Amino acid sequence: MSSIPQALDALPILGILFQLLGYVLANLSVMSQTTVAVAVPITLAALCGVMCERSGVVNIGIEGIMLTAAFVGWMVGVGASAALGVGTPLPFFGVTLPLLLGLAAAILVGMAVALLHAWLAISVKVDQIISGTIINIGAAGITGYLYTLIASQAPTSAGSFAQYKVPDQVADLPLVGWLINAVLSQGPIGLSTIVIVIFLQVMLFRSRWGLRTRAAGEHPRAAETVGIDVIWLRYRNVVMSGALAALGGAWLSMEQTNGFNANMSAGRGFIGLAAMIVGRWTPLGAFGAALLFASATGLGTSLAIKPPTGDLGQLMAHVPGEFWEALPYIITIVVLAGVIGRSIAPAADGRPYERESAT
Amino acid sequence: MTDDALDASAPALEMRGITKRYPGVVANDHIDLDVCRGEIHALLGENGAGKTTLMNVLYGLARPDEGRILLDGRQIQIAGPSDAIARGISMVHQHFMLIPVLSVAENVILGAETMSNAVFVDRHEADKRIASLAARFGFDLDPDAKVGSLSVGQQQRVEILKALYRDARILVLDEPTAVLTPGETQEIFALLRRLAADGRSIVFISHKLYEVLEVADRITVIRRGRVIGERKPAETTEEELAELMVGREVELTVDRGESHVGEPVLRVEGLRVADDRHHEVVPGATFEIRAGEILGVAGVAGNGQDELVQALIGLRRCLGGKVTLLGRDVTGLSPRGLNEAGVGYVPGDRHRFGLILAFPVYDNLILTSYYRPPFARGLMRNDSAILESAAAQIERYDIRTPSARVLTSTLSGGNQQKVVVAREFDREVKLLILDQPTRGLDVGSIEFIHRQIIAKRDAGTAVLLVSAELDEVMEMSDRIVVMYRGRMVAELDGRTADKGDVGLLMATGGQAAATQKEAWA
Amino acid sequence: MGVSGPDTIQRPPARARKAIVGAIRAAAQPIAEPVVAILLALLVGAVGITLCSGLLAGHKNFDVGLPAAAYLALLGGVASPDGIASTLNYSTPLILAGLGVGLGFKAGLFNIGGRGQFLFGTVGAMAVATAVGVSQSSYITVPLALLAGAAFGAAAGFIPGLLKATSGAHEVVTTIMLNYVFVFVTYWAISGPLSLPNAHQPITADVTNRNAALPIILGQDGHAGILLALVAVPIIWFLLYRTTLGFEIRSAGANPDAARYGGMRTNRLIVLTMSIAGLMSGLAGATVLMGVVHQIEPGYDTTVGFDAITVALLGRSNPVGILFSGLLLGAMRAGSQTMQVQAGVPAELVDALQAIILVFLVVNALRHWLDRRAARRGSTPAVDGGAAQAAEAVA
Repeated sequence: MSSIPQALDALPILGILFQLLGYVLANLSVMSQTTVAVAVPITLAALCGVMCERSGVVNIGIEGIMLTAAFVGWMVGVGASAALGVGTPLPFFGVTLPLLLGLAAAILVGMAVALLHAWLAISVKVDQIISGTIINIGAAGITGYLYTLIASQAPTSAGSFAQYKVPDQVADLPLVGWLINAVLSQGPIGLSTIVIVIFLQVMLFRSRWGLRTRAAGEHPRAAETVGIDVIWLRYRNVVMSGALAALGGAWLSMEQTNGFNANMSAGRGFIGLAAMIVGRWTPLGAFGAALLFASATGLGTSLAIKPPTGDLGQLMAHVPGEFWEALPYIITIVVLAGVIGRSIAPAADGRPYERESAT
Repeated sequence: MTDDALDASAPALEMRGITKRYPGVVANDHIDLDVCRGEIHALLGENGAGKTTLMNVLYGLARPDEGRILLDGRQIQIAGPSDAIARGISMVHQHFMLIPVLSVAENVILGAETMSNAVFVDRHEADKRIASLAARFGFDLDPDAKVGSLSVGQQQRVEILKALYRDARILVLDEPTAVLTPGETQEIFALLRRLAADGRSIVFISHKLYEVLEVADRITVIRRGRVIGERKPAETTEEELAELMVGREVELTVDRGESHVGEPVLRVEGLRVADDRHHEVVPGATFEIRAGEILGVAGVAGNGQDELVQALIGLRRCLGGKVTLLGRDVTGLSPRGLNEAGVGYVPGDRHRFGLILAFPVYDNLILTSYYRPPFARGLMRNDSAILESAAAQIERYDIRTPSARVLTSTLSGGNQQKVVVAREFDREVKLLILDQPTRGLDVGSIEFIHRQIIAKRDAGTAVLLVSAELDEVMEMSDRIVVMYRGRMVAELDGRTADKGDVGLLMATGGQAAATQKEAWA
Repeated sequence: MGVSGPDTIQRPPARARKAIVGAIRAAAQPIAEPVVAILLALLVGAVGITLCSGLLAGHKNFDVGLPAAAYLALLGGVASPDGIASTLNYSTPLILAGLGVGLGFKAGLFNIGGRGQFLFGTVGAMAVATAVGVSQSSYITVPLALLAGAAFGAAAGFIPGLLKATSGAHEVVTTIMLNYVFVFVTYWAISGPLSLPNAHQPITADVTNRNAALPIILGQDGHAGILLALVAVPIIWFLLYRTTLGFEIRSAGANPDAARYGGMRTNRLIVLTMSIAGLMSGLAGATVLMGVVHQIEPGYDTTVGFDAITVALLGRSNPVGILFSGLLLGAMRAGSQTMQVQAGVPAELVDALQAIILVFLVVNALRHWLDRRAARRGSTPAVDGGAAQAAEAVA
């Protein structure tokens, strides 16, 4: 495997590109694992966005929902393990009762915050951007506030979910071993994410719920004239999508690490929105975009930790690490600006629906 | 009182004494309508006569204040669209309720999805049923085609398919041929006859006389919310129907007096305009207006008038043709350019193009002139000049408002329109373009605005008056042209034109029955 | 002139009283809703503080007096000259950036990019200070640095404005994305080109050593930036309400179709407004750098971007309103540290309060608007979720 990059190095003109390819191949197994892991919260945030916007509701408060869920999951885990004891972890995924309680609480709270956004956006008919911004500000403030109060008492967290360990025989398979290893070396939330992606993709395009959702997001009045209750549909979808964002937040504080810091979500909610846009409002596309973004991050991290040698190394030394981190955002802007005149978002996205009065 | 058993001899649908009031207007006034099984029943009337309201009541989109509805002899209450659909009443709206990005099949089954289990839609089965329905009634559609890619005629067939998929027994079509070519119209008629032969009842709302005579079994004429008469096609003529539709009296509110016509001011040659969907709705308009003359454009809404007017004022690009103002080529000029050249405009949609409701009255009075002295010097606004001018205009145009500083949204419709009129009329204009200038206004405002228009005409302005209100056109115009499918199909002298004639022209485009049929064959 | 005695004597005073009441009501109406929202939020906050004191922070009982102590510490900063100076320091960037966001709202534009524009402006000011400040006096360096901050901020606002005008890319998404891009650009700039050559860790020069610090004019720390903010308020007000450009901006936000008919070039206005909004945020960044922090390390960031949105909404996009809401939020931020130390209530309470105020504000405003609409039956319902509508509803 390592002789190929050496051979390619010799080619003068495309040497740099092949060096890059070789670097990636050499570090593939580590990079791919990090990539899939980093993509998990982004994907979940993007899926939340897809569900909302497909129904016709813009939700930029995903960041706030994730942060709130991350905090609540951790906090309830702390409280539960203080009250019930940490307990012995089960063999798979290191599941303990406090962790489960924390997860459940995170999901419930995420749905509650989403309900607030739904109410503001659908019934009160506030501008949906403002509503989402309020949630973000509020989440940062309230979680920061509560965390400072709790942290002062040096709490012990409930721990975190453990990763699934792929058997060595599988991981060492030629060609696909690294892929399987990368995809499967995740905790329960990570693995669920991949399942949810496929599930949502199928549901959105083949089920009755998906058809009605898409209709409500494109042409709510047409949906009403065939008897669909657009308001109720939007409420339901937004609240359920809150569970997805909450899952992403829980991953942060209960799977990736076992603790909480202020502003832990660090913009993943917004990257998730970007992934949704680049993925053209489909679950699979969003997942692909999330992987794309995560790989940019992964590449950047890898380059910093294990810099390449030779010409590639010289080139990369001039590229600041921040470039890789900024890359997902730049890609999103380019995609958005490139879609000139054509709207690819659901047609009724962001516009509150006025039900025609029956009188 | 209600008969529980299904009455086989009763009409499929009966509407008795339906009355529906909205603020300020009685949309339906004790209307009786009955439709038999297998009958195509036409509902004829002008815009605003109350036809759509009546059908909204039937479809559950509006609740009647009085009256009752009977299906097969049994009285029912319709709670809403899903209830209507469940009872076998389906409506094909004038503005299609279709979702362009979804396929034909998805649009058809939406809301009544064929399921393969509790969760998943059975596309196979849906496609099969759609194909068989389509074959049975003689039109073919690809169930997987995206609706947005279909022609208008095909889209309408998708709407009809929606109704058939739900086994509609009563089909209501609201102005179905408004957007169809003559060929598509014949195809729809053939389809409707097949549906009627299948035992379904069809209510066909229209204002097009020839078509109604061609396809209906019975015709009910509505005017101003009341049923004026019911006829069988064999027993009536287009002329009689036109007279019933528009009534014989013209409601004169002002005497326009003699016009003193001067040089041509506006000359339009071969102007071509497309609508928002890139269809050429004005294939080549040619006309001229002279100074001191009011040219009225009569026509049913949707025959290209909006697009023509927007092109003339620079809000819409024209595909071709030439427009000259007093000899100067102004084709394609911007709204400001035309404004500076001496063109005034009263838009049909006054809330969208004419006024900024959130702003005070004085701001709206200078909407087109805010950058010119005395209202501004360079970047600086001259507030005292603005307020002074506003006060004068409020006085002169009798705008009922506590002051010039109140928000325009608080004014009544009539006074809002007076603000627009004051802005556009209160200067030296060579050409005035007026689009529905008195729509929705109270009688007092209507009279006032009409007087202003005539005063402008007498002062030498050329006036283009576009209105769907035939009375207004008849009363105000020195010359009348009728617009039909984007073309000026006739020109009449305002002094001698007969209202029934004009109504007929509006509805048929002036083509004799035989010529029309030939054109469509 | 048929005068009937008692009536005539009574009428003038009654009329005068009605006129006075009417005037008070007219003046009070626009500020009533923000004030109500703030009061309600303080109430909810008080309940929250009390509950948390019993459930979480280690006080074993519900301390009902805690909210009062907290609020007192929070707003008590205005008591001393140093407290006032601190408030003014915090308020300066909030007012400046808030004016920018408010201007955007008036044009129907939602500028969430304040954070990125602030940071990029900081970079610009720092760059000029580093480059020029060694050789020039502060009379030259300070204005130049401020100018650079404004210019860099304007450039940061220009990009999303141009994108929206040419491709229709929604400014909410592009500004959010650009926030992150500028965060990383700033990080790179501070750790790279702007960092001092001999430092152990990356750190920029200190602007005081570069003749680029803002003079102190009040107490120990109160810098001159507040003068900039106080001058900016009437300037923006003048721009909006006394110039033709301001009329065009407001028209484009209120009804772009009618604006088009009036001959206004809406695309040009979008670019211009976003650039001015960016300029204000960039200027805000420059004043914070040159007046407060003086020297920055990689990881420098700010909450001014989002705070400015609150300030603009509370101030209903009106420059005078923004002045007051900026002062209020500045006072709260200034007092938050004191509150944390004295009352043990975490400083993040200010963020939480912000959000609660906004919730009450938007819900209140909409109900008000709905009542007005019901009274004016027959008018068209608003189905546009645009920022101008929101700003108008709030305004």
